[in-house]
Amino acid sequence: MLRLPTFTYHRPKTAAEAVAICKAHGKEAMYVAGGTDLYPNMKRRHQTPTQVISLQDVPGLHSVDVLPDGRVAIGAMVKLSLLEHHPTLKQHYPAFAHAVREISTPLLRNMGTIGGNLLLDTRCTYYDQTHEWRESIDFCMKTGGDICWVAPGSPRCWAVQSSDSVPIVCAMEAEIELVGSGGTRTIKAGDLYRDDGMQYVTKQPEELLTKLILPAPRGWKASYLKLRRRDTFDFPVLGVGCCVWTDAGGVVTKANIRLGGAGSFAIPAIESEKLLVGKPLTDEGIAAAGTAALKSARTMDNTDLDVYWRKKVAPVYVARALAACR
Amino acid sequence: MVLDDPSARSPQAKSDAPWHHDAKKEDLKHIGKPIRKVDARSKVSGLTKFADDLSMPRMLHMKLLRSTRAHAEIVSIDTAKAAALPGVKGVLTGKDMPIPFGILPVSQDEHALCQDLVRFVGDPVVAIAATEEEAAWDACRLVDVQYRERRTIGGVHEAADHPEPRLHDYGVRGNIHRLENLEFGDLAAGFQKAEHVREDTFFFEGNTHLPMEQHATLAHFDKDGKLTVWSSTQTPHYLHRALARVLAPLPAHHIRVVAIQNGGGFGGKSDPFNHEICAAKMSMLTGRPVKIALTREEVFWCHRGRHPVLMRSKVGVTKTGRITALDFHSYLDGGAYGSYGTASTFYTGALQTVTYAVENYHFRGARFFTNKAPCGPKRGHGTPQPRFALEVQLDKIACDLGLDPARIRLDNLAPRDSLTANFLRIGSMGLGTCIEKVVAGSRWKERRGKKERTADGRIRGLGLACSSYLSGAGLPIYWNGLPHSGVQLKLDRSGLVTAFCGSTDIGQGSDSVLGWIIGEVLGIDPLGIKVVTSDTDLTPVDLGSYSSRVTVMTGNAAMQAAERARDILAKGVAEKLGVPANRLVFADEKVFDAEDPKKGMTFQEAVVCTEAKFGTIGTVGSYTPPATAAKFRGGGVGPSPSYSYSAAVVEVEVDPETGVYRVPHVWMAHDIGRALNAAVAMGQIEGSVYMGLGEAMMEEMAYRDRSHKGHRVFVHKIPSLLEYKSPSALEMPTVTTYVVEDPDKNGPFGAKEVGQGPLLPMMPAVANAIFDAVGVRVDEIPCSFEKVFAALQAKDKRYGPSLGADGVPTVDFGDSLKIKTPWQGGDGTAWNEPKREKKAAK
Repeated sequence: MLRLPTFTYHRPKTAAEAVAICKAHGKEAMYVAGGTDLYPNMKRRHQTPTQVISLQDVPGLHSVDVLPDGRVAIGAMVKLSLLEHHPTLKQHYPAFAHAVREISTPLLRNMGTIGGNLLLDTRCTYYDQTHEWRESIDFCMKTGGDICWVAPGSPRCWAVQSSDSVPIVCAMEAEIELVGSGGTRTIKAGDLYRDDGMQYVTKQPEELLTKLILPAPRGWKASYLKLRRRDTFDFPVLGVGCCVWTDAGGVVTKANIRLGGAGSFAIPAIESEKLLVGKPLTDEGIAAAGTAALKSARTMDNTDLDVYWRKKVAPVYVARALAACR
Repeated sequence: MVLDDPSARSPQAKSDAPWHHDAKKEDLKHIGKPIRKVDARSKVSGLTKFADDLSMPRMLHMKLLRSTRAHAEIVSIDTAKAAALPGVKGVLTGKDMPIPFGILPVSQDEHALCQDLVRFVGDPVVAIAATEEEAAWDACRLVDVQYRERRTIGGVHEAADHPEPRLHDYGVRGNIHRLENLEFGDLAAGFQKAEHVREDTFFFEGNTHLPMEQHATLAHFDKDGKLTVWSSTQTPHYLHRALARVLAPLPAHHIRVVAIQNGGGFGGKSDPFNHEICAAKMSMLTGRPVKIALTREEVFWCHRGRHPVLMRSKVGVTKTGRITALDFHSYLDGGAYGSYGTASTFYTGALQTVTYAVENYHFRGARFFTNKAPCGPKRGHGTPQPRFALEVQLDKIACDLGLDPARIRLDNLAPRDSLTANFLRIGSMGLGTCIEKVVAGSRWKERRGKKERTADGRIRGLGLACSSYLSGAGLPIYWNGLPHSGVQLKLDRSGLVTAFCGSTDIGQGSDSVLGWIIGEVLGIDPLGIKVVTSDTDLTPVDLGSYSSRVTVMTGNAAMQAAERARDILAKGVAEKLGVPANRLVFADEKVFDAEDPKKGMTFQEAVVCTEAKFGTIGTVGSYTPPATAAKFRGGGVGPSPSYSYSAAVVEVEVDPETGVYRVPHVWMAHDIGRALNAAVAMGQIEGSVYMGLGEAMMEEMAYRDRSHKGHRVFVHKIPSLLEYKSPSALEMPTVTTYVVEDPDKNGPFGAKEVGQGPLLPMMPAVANAIFDAVGVRVDEIPCSFEKVFAALQAKDKRYGPSLGADGVPTVDFGDSLKIKTPWQGGDGTAWNEPKREKKAAK
């Protein structure tokens, strides 16, 4: 069988302590929350921290709290299975609860956390492989090789954003709380990510994601629609997160559409968004916005299912996701 | 049609022993009843020990360093650093095991570790054993192997176009491993008679078995010079032979192979494997027990799964749809080694004639060596690919002629008790009943072609397909005149009956079959019988759990052994009670006088009094299949004691905007001859539906073929349980199962196979159902979402390989062997075949 390599396991008692350990060990250190992604990656040797810092004992990361202004703060260590069944979330954030339920299997959701899912490593069929397999392609740039086998002429890595929670929280304009050596800061979820398969987050390596803060549930409606081969446990090959703000007359004032699984970050379907603003959500408007999403989907041949098909059905999925926002 | 020739049946069938194939259900006490499997409780409570559960004191853990190149010469191997790593106790390279092996005598082309060539990414090069598994893995990373790369041969077209570099220095020529060319009857006349002719190309991508249990082996060479190998193998007898060959001069009788309970096999554990031989050799080198447990990725390298097959099929029919001629070509991508490939090649042309009467038939098959993990036998062995082609093509013909696809099949049924064009002997034949069952159950006539919409906008469709499979190969894998299966019974004075047999339970329930049959014959509780199987030291040879052979062959051997035991007991009891032996009845754990049931004794007392009279009681039974009618070269693949039949209707719901579809319901009818246990039989049928659904919808052994600056990488795309897509519980449809019983005289109590046949109609039935729903043809397996979508967008509403010049490789098949059909007066020989020298039995 595949075995874990040897590593040192830390259990800091505070966020500050965790950050300090992480900073001290630099590239050798990684945080672990549920471990459902990190440990298999370590077995395949494509993530090889020698220092693993557990967040289990860090206080303040384990609860879901409704804030006085109506926002909801979710601790990074909250299990996905708790979120999918959480009464407040199911009632006021059904699209978010649905997206969480679409992550992997019940067993993995019992271990996996929201913080871990928000920071899920980008995936690629040239990367999520055993050491021996990657040796047979002389490795890729994400694991010490020279090229990206997805696009050998390209200077960058094209690994794919594959978290189900990211497109929806970016579309909803949720906030992220980070604790670093310089203190605590809060950023827009969309600002946490960037279009690079290797450096896919903007935070400092030692910065600890402590909270996800969902906006107050007023004036908008969201949806998440996932495409994958098997609805039981596959990663998304397309995950459409939509959020639409409307005025009293039903006219769209703002629309966010994010395409997960279609590039190295949750891509905004800007052309589609533009078409929606200033009009009510009609069948024709939705169909046109869907069609306009074709250009935004930058699918590459490094996930399950055919690359061209994934691009061609993106408009259908965007339209269906928008229809669910009505 | 020529009627069955009784003189050609097996000696057993001619003997006086009652074979009970026509026994009435109500006269059977255990057979047909849903008794639990003999090992069921251990299995479900987790107590069953699999090979990876085994452990011994001082045991070493072994890892294999595998090739990272698809096709290369080994220039040098430096293991010095690895050997020096703390914990490492033994290192083996190819030079330690220079003798080749292979499952078939005609393709002894594998080595336990590669000699001078590596032929695919995953080919084993070095074996290292250490006190810890991690140390063995770390040591593998310290080995320096220098390769000189050769051109990669990536598929059948490349193999046909590039005879050099050759993967092997044997075979037909270049990278062609096998070429077969068999012509039965007069094809030109058949097409002349045809009123409608269709020609299509099809492609069936390779896929793998995906057993839950990863292969594992423990080997121990003890201080007395005896070697024991415990392994997850379906064929302990063949592994025993391969070990004796490679480890010579170690005598065969110093080698013991124990097949541990298999956590699924499906054909993937039917070859002797390099890791098994390496573990044995490593134990001999180190003097310590050695275990290897493969990773999931390594199971993909072992493979031996479904061959990718490109097919061209031309069929002629009358305007009522009767088949007058079939001209069939298959091109098999064999991967790096021979494995069972010779048989696989013949199987792509063997069984088409067993479902439908084909008047004139020409089969041409070519198998190529390529730099992929070796293909071999997977559930259905070589027959699902041509079955897909034939069943989709028949559907198209029905459409062309405006006929009901069910009707065209019923009109073409091969007759029972007949010989086919290629001299396969059909016995019982329940396909007509199977078709009627699924047609009625699915309301085929009312619902087909209606294009109903579901609430979420999907379009419904129904598809039908049929199949047949053999109940064990009529000939053994290596030429010999010996029985295919043997059973020994030991009757103990405690009343215990122990059955010893070389057969291997891979989850299908073959251990239980032994118990049910012996229990029925001796009138005792099957669950009270002790079954000792698959241990070459203890059990008589059974060729193995492959080819759906065990129920028929082991079952017949068990029945013979049990009847002989009953005869001895009857003699002992008759004398004691003073009644004639032929009046004694064996039932309810008792032996008693049929005319005066009060006169009798318990089964245990019967054993005691018989042992007192005759001494220790033991009997044997064995089974050899009937002689085959096919006498031409290549006629050895296809004959079987009997053939099972299946028919399926599959319902699909297709999203016309995306091609995404689901399968909500499957109706599957299977003619099993007689179900020895209907509950277990239904388990096999439903398992086949599941596995077939995976092949139909998604499973594929896909390869990455990328080049950058002249450097080509060629590697399995997705060797993991997550990314090699196989259906989960959610994709599993509702299955309505019909167990059709048409007892066959060659089967124990009339039983035929059930383990493989019901898989076969799934793939074509799914493709046919998609056509019914949205009017497009996907002539390729897997019939995945993107292909349905591509077909919806295509002008000709089709997705699949083309019939044009590049559709199939250019191959010179040479002259055909010409065989007159039975109805032309043929005798099973080829009239233009050069005389063969008679092989001596080994």
